[in-house]
Amino acid sequence: MENLIIHDKEYSSRLLVGTGKYKSFSQTREAIDASHAQIITIAVRRTNIGQNTDEPNLLDLLPPSKYTLLPNTAGCYTADDAIRTLHLARELLDGHNLAKLEVLGDPNTLYPNVVETIKAAKILVKEGFHLMVYTSDDPIVAKQLEDIGCVAIMPLASLIGSGMGILNPWNLQIIINNTKVPVIVDAGVGTASDATIAMELGCDGVLMNTAIAAADNPILMAAAMRKAVEAGRDSFLAGRMKKQTSYNADPSSPISNTIAKRKNKVA
Amino acid sequence: MIQLIINGQTQHFDSALNVAQLLERMTLNNKRIAIECNGQIVPRSKFEEQILADGDQIEIVVAVGGG
Repeated sequence: MENLIIHDKEYSSRLLVGTGKYKSFSQTREAIDASHAQIITIAVRRTNIGQNTDEPNLLDLLPPSKYTLLPNTAGCYTADDAIRTLHLARELLDGHNLAKLEVLGDPNTLYPNVVETIKAAKILVKEGFHLMVYTSDDPIVAKQLEDIGCVAIMPLASLIGSGMGILNPWNLQIIINNTKVPVIVDAGVGTASDATIAMELGCDGVLMNTAIAAADNPILMAAAMRKAVEAGRDSFLAGRMKKQTSYNADPSSPISNTIAKRKNKVA
Repeated sequence: MIQLIINGQTQHFDSALNVAQLLERMTLNNKRIAIECNGQIVPRSKFEEQILADGDQIEIVVAVGGG
């Protein structure tokens, strides 16, 4: 099974996970380990003043030697805020350039503001950031972000944290067909089959957070997602059978050499 | 006496201090933080050098869980 390659670095796992919404640091770590994810997103926020002396730090839980950390710009609604956030993140992670850019347009839907995203991407790429960019499933925007120099395109499947699944496989397919850098579905995955569907379309990976953290049993769901992404990828590589749309069946057992009817029927 | 706005909170200090001293005062000196002063990153290498002035707006951030 070939590796996922993002900006010249190889990863055996095509499942990327977030660290939000967990009950505790230990649950976070257990879920990440069960998922076998190597790329882990984190957010950047103000430290609590005055109540921090013995609080464990997330970076101690997720040593950069073991994981590839992907700081995000969650909560940013302008290009400038996203740029500042990634400057702070780069400082926090000792010059680490890989980052997730997201610029939101609306606090209810958390839909990306692609205009501000493009603005931020142009500046950040010039500053040497390797951007994995959260975007809508608009194929033209995806192309523009790739042309700017983003190292991965991350279209949403549905709304962040909604678990609605892959709502528009058609647009996703257009993006996959027209993008040379990895396409990683980010946002909206809710259950294992969603992840598999994304991979079967030809996505290079899937990024999820709520699907695991908000499951009744996050550790079990993390393991399920690992298998789902692997199954989807293998299914894609195996080359699925043609889907018949003629309302005609195609028997799996031979039609010749069936036994003849008997005279003394019982039914 | 100088006034600094740190993470949105106004705090008063008897005299001017540098970033390193501020972090020590806040027991953040050995923590994994990043700091911005008036919209500009203060790199770790400049913590001793950068002296804070009255009215400076400071953001001190850490990594937290997120998607």
